[in-house]
Parts: sequence; C-alpha cells; structure tokens
Amino acid sequence: MKNRFRDNKLIQKLVDDLGDWKKPIKIMEVCGSHTMAIGHWGIRKLLPDTIQLISGPGCPVCVTPQSIIDAVLPLKDVVIATFGDLLKVPGKEKTLEMARAEGLDVRIVYSPLEALNMAKEKETILMGIGFETTIPGIGYTLLEAKKKNIKDYSILPSLKVIPPALDALLSDKEISIDGFILPGHVSAIIGSEPYEFISEKYNTGGAICGFEPLDILMGIKMLCDQIEKDQVEIKNEYTRVVKKKGNSQALSVINQVFDVANGFWRGVGEIPNSGLSIKKEYREFDALIKYNIDLSEENNFPSGCQCGEVLKGKIIPSDCALFGKVCTPDSPRGACMVSSEGSCAAYYRYERE
Amino acid sequence: MQRTIVMKENRITLGHGSGAGLTRELIRDVFHKNFQLPSLDDAVEIENRTVVTTDAYVVQPLFFPGGDIGKLAITGTINDLSMKGAVPRYILITFIIEEGFPVSDLKNVAQSIKKTAQTAKVRIIAGDTKVVQKGKADGLYITTTGVGFIKGDISIDPKKIVSGDKVIINGSIGDHSIAVLNKRQNLQLHPMPKSDCAPLNDLVQNMLKAGEIKFMRDPTRGGVATILNEVYEETKKGIIIEEDRFPIQKNITSVCELLGLDPLYLANEGKVLVIAKSPVKKLINKMKEHPLAKKTSIIGEITDEVKGVYVRTSIGGLRPLPLISSDPLPRIC
Repeated sequence: MKNRFRDNKLIQKLVDDLGDWKKPIKIMEVCGSHTMAIGHWGIRKLLPDTIQLISGPGCPVCVTPQSIIDAVLPLKDVVIATFGDLLKVPGKEKTLEMARAEGLDVRIVYSPLEALNMAKEKETILMGIGFETTIPGIGYTLLEAKKKNIKDYSILPSLKVIPPALDALLSDKEISIDGFILPGHVSAIIGSEPYEFISEKYNTGGAICGFEPLDILMGIKMLCDQIEKDQVEIKNEYTRVVKKKGNSQALSVINQVFDVANGFWRGVGEIPNSGLSIKKEYREFDALIKYNIDLSEENNFPSGCQCGEVLKGKIIPSDCALFGKVCTPDSPRGACMVSSEGSCAAYYRYERE
Repeated sequence: MQRTIVMKENRITLGHGSGAGLTRELIRDVFHKNFQLPSLDDAVEIENRTVVTTDAYVVQPLFFPGGDIGKLAITGTINDLSMKGAVPRYILITFIIEEGFPVSDLKNVAQSIKKTAQTAKVRIIAGDTKVVQKGKADGLYITTTGVGFIKGDISIDPKKIVSGDKVIINGSIGDHSIAVLNKRQNLQLHPMPKSDCAPLNDLVQNMLKAGEIKFMRDPTRGGVATILNEVYEETKKGIIIEEDRFPIQKNITSVCELLGLDPLYLANEGKVLVIAKSPVKKLINKMKEHPLAKKTSIIGEITDEVKGVYVRTSIGGLRPLPLISSDPLPRIC
C-alpha cells in the first residue's frame, strides 16, 4: 500500500499552488528531523524562491553545552550511556568516541531504559540530553530507579524545552520569521496550547507538521494562507499524532520528576525557563550533584564560527566562511555541524551543489 | 578527507572499521603506504586467472536470524571471489576463540560452515586455531582465505562503464544490518528481520553468461551508497538511482525511519550490485530464475546529467548520496 503522504499527485498539486506565491517570506523549522526531511525529500527545490526555509535551534545535540562531554571524560569505573548522535560531538579535546577508544566505557543506548538496566551491573550515567520528545522517557527511568531502588544510576541533565526558545527568537528584533513549522514529536508530548503565544504575542503563525513530504508542504501552505488572509494562528497539520492537550501520561511523568530551570543553549546563550532540573525527591539520581559537575560555560565560539547566527536563522550555513572548507561533518568546528541533524550538517549533505 | 582537528593523538575508532570513508583512509594511509598493494580491494587476481581473497568476521551477536558467524564467513568469502568473476573452490579458515566459549556453540558454528560450504560446492582445506584469555576475543573471531579460478574469457572492467548503463540489484536492501541490530540491541521488532546472508557464486556465474557486465560488487559494510561512490570515483561517471525502484521490505523501511538510518548505507550479505550494458532484459530474466534473485530490479542508471551519485526521490526531487566517513548512528529523537 502506497504511503499517501508521499502521493505524487497530491504533492504536485501543493507544489503548483505554492508556485504562485509572490511575497518573499521566511519560514523556520525548529526540529532536526524536519531539517533532515526537508533535505531528504529535496523540498527546497520544489518551492519558489520567494519561500525561504530556514533552520532554527531544533537539534538537541547541537545546543547542548560542550562542557557535558568534558564533564564525564575524567570519571573512572562508570558506564557512560549515550544516544548515538552524541558520540562524535567534540569536547575541548576529544569526543566520547575517542575516549572510548582510550578505554572509557561508553555505550550507545536506543532507549533510556537500557541505561537503567546497565546500572544493575555497574555504575551508570545517562547523558540526559533532549527535548520534550525524549524527556518523558528519561524521566521515566528516574521513577523506575526510585521504585526499584537502583542506586548506581544517575542522569547528567541537559534537557531543554522548545516554547521558551521560540519566545527568545521572536523577541530578538534582528530576526524576522514569517511563520514556524512546529516540531511534530515535541508537539505529540506538549500539544498545541503551549505555542499560542506565538500568534497572540508576536502575531506570527505556526503549523505543527509531521515528517512526510506532504505534511511539510501542507504546513507551508497553511502558513501561506494565514499570511495572505492576515489571520495568524497555530494550526495542527499532524492531527494523526498530535492532540491539543498533548500526551497527559508523558506530561505527568515530566511533572513528577522535573522542575523548570534556566537553560543554556550552545550558540544562543542562556534562555530563562527553557531547561529542566531534577526535583529534590530525585536528587540522588542527579549526576550534577553526585559527581559535583558544573555545566555552565561561556558562550564562546571557535574563531570564525557563526553557529549563533545560523541557529537563530540570521544566516544560512553556506554564508559562514568556515562552512565546507574548515568546518565539515568530519571535522566540525561548531555546534551546527556536530550532529547529523544539525543545520550545517544537513546543509552540507543535501543542499550543496 | 580532513582529519578532525580535535584529535591530538591518533587512535583507531570503530569508524575505521565501518567499510566507509574512514576505512579507506586507514587502508591508504597505513597499509597501502607500507605494502604497495596492487589494489585496495580484499580480493585480487594473481597468475593463471587465480583469484585470492581474505576476510575477517567479528559480528556480534554470533547467532542471528538468517545466519551466524560461520555461515557469514563462508558466504562472505565466496562472494568476494565471485565478484571478481571467479568460481570459488577452496577456503582456509582460522578461529580465534575466547577462553570459556561453549563447545556446543563452536560445534554449531562448525556445522553451519560445513552446510554452507557444501551447498556452495566449496571445500574447506586447511585452518588454524588459537585460544585467547577470557575478555580478549568477544567469544569468537574467524578469518578466512579463499581461492577461486576465473573460467573462460571473463573480463569485468569498470573503465568500460558509459552513460546509459543500468544499475541492478538482485533483491531487498538493509536486511542483514537490521537483523543483526535487532538481535544485538533486543529491539524486539515484529516481524523479525532475517539476514539475507547467502552464497552468490551460482547466481553470478549465470549472470556472466547473460549480459555484458562491467562492474559487480556485494554491498556489504557501507552499503549500496559506498559502492556507488567508489564507482563514481573510479570512472567519474554520474549515477542516479530511483528511490521508487530499490527493493526494500516494509519492516526494514519502518525501522530505518524510526532510527534515522538510511538503508542505502546498510550492509547486505546476499546481494550483488551490477552495472551492465543496456538493454538488460535478458540479464534480468536470467537473474530472476534464481532463488536468490527473484526480486531483481533495475534501480538506476549511469548518466551525464549529474556529477556524483544522486537519488531521485519518489516525489521528484534529486538529493545527493555522498560517501560518509563511518557507520550511521541512530538519532535521539
């Protein structure tokens, strides 16, 4: 059975409709998987030049402080459990992959529960990075660890939430965004209500989209229609997965184990209320306390790196002087190139001629 | 390929064994530099149309749906010889066994080797065994040396590749990688993926009689994408493959999309990628007669339209299919 979200006839119809769009607009997506889907399907080449798609801070690996890598490198007799795409992120001197080659017990997990299982055999720290999509799973391990009294487990939290980051972007006068493609899986957790401020406070529209080409093109059409009618709102294109109130079970897990905190976004800086800290009752599983770790860092960029501008959508990756020459996926200089879903990495892979 | 600027000391990483860019860099910079290898392949024709090959098998887990390390060792060796147009005849095999390894498992591996070799009409003629201390060998490692002979006038020469030649594969991609991943990580996928691990010698000999074949390779580690990039590097002829045309099982597509893996970079152990002179109808029909090639498909074409390897997406876009430096990693979200 053919996937109707890849139906050529429907896609061509949307592409033809959008082909008539005359007013130059910038639409930002804030999800690494959208960045990749747009590249994978060649969506930019299907759109007229008047519709510019830019990437915002949607990749959790890219916006995680470098200090999280440096913090675990000196630890002895622990398992460092990590999601795959953090493996090649450089700390000051080396990546977790290199540290593994030198003897650090680094193990890739597909689910946070694997890390909890590892803790039954050996002291384990889970690199706790991610947005709302991943946060409930990580939070759930804390509930389980407490219930089952698994003492040798902790998480090193660098968790971020999306809506405050969007607020920070929109309040920056130098940035002009005409509409957002909102993250499909984050929204599956939080629903559509947390985005209402985008239209109410900033008079900008948003479309929660899935990841198929038809989803993304439909979302762009929704935003164009709103701009044309001058009637902005938050629309849900991804109704087959996202409900208005989100996923109450997942939200309940988050509320049980985490408090809101300030978050440090690499490339952007500190954003109030954009992070999560572990609640007092679960502090025994907080690696920041257990190992006396401080993740704060200066918002420094390697010389010439313009990740900050890229993450805010002020420039496109190919505008950066280092892009493709000094900074490549094999030798990343900045945050946007380090993860396979980072804006610069996606651009390097899909959009270079 | 630029070294990462962060490395102060060069150490081997798992990426160097991925079969992709870093592996090639390693072979070029360390081995070829010292040995002056006649080619960077793992199989080579020596005198009297004799082809020899060598390989190492370190798969984990040792037993997986569709095969095991023993079967893989035989099929892998047979396939390397077959890709050079040789009829495989002899295999020499070594076992590096970890202290404490169950004898029953070793017997199962030996039986699997026997069965696979018999089916493929290849003889195991010599071998070696070593036992190492507990913790030094992940259960079992196997290495092989294979010997085969090219019959007749066969000459497979990628330099003859021209615009209009077709790119063909004998069946679905990604099965082996996902089957092994599923077992290793206990992902509990349903239906359970099975490795496509199989000896291709019989199929290949049939193919060589049915069409003008300019290139053949089994897309193992690094996948179809890596092989096509190697062809481009050698010939500088553009390649476009059609997303709608590569055979792939639905459960493999679903897992790849979930984990953010591109099946074009995943290993296959029972597939042959062919570039042949058009028209290829006779070749395709011949291939489809064989049980290992029922789903043979033309997946693309050599073309002057592009410089490099590209995929035409099912919605009409064109996206590059570059060489990547190491194994794809599953993403967070």
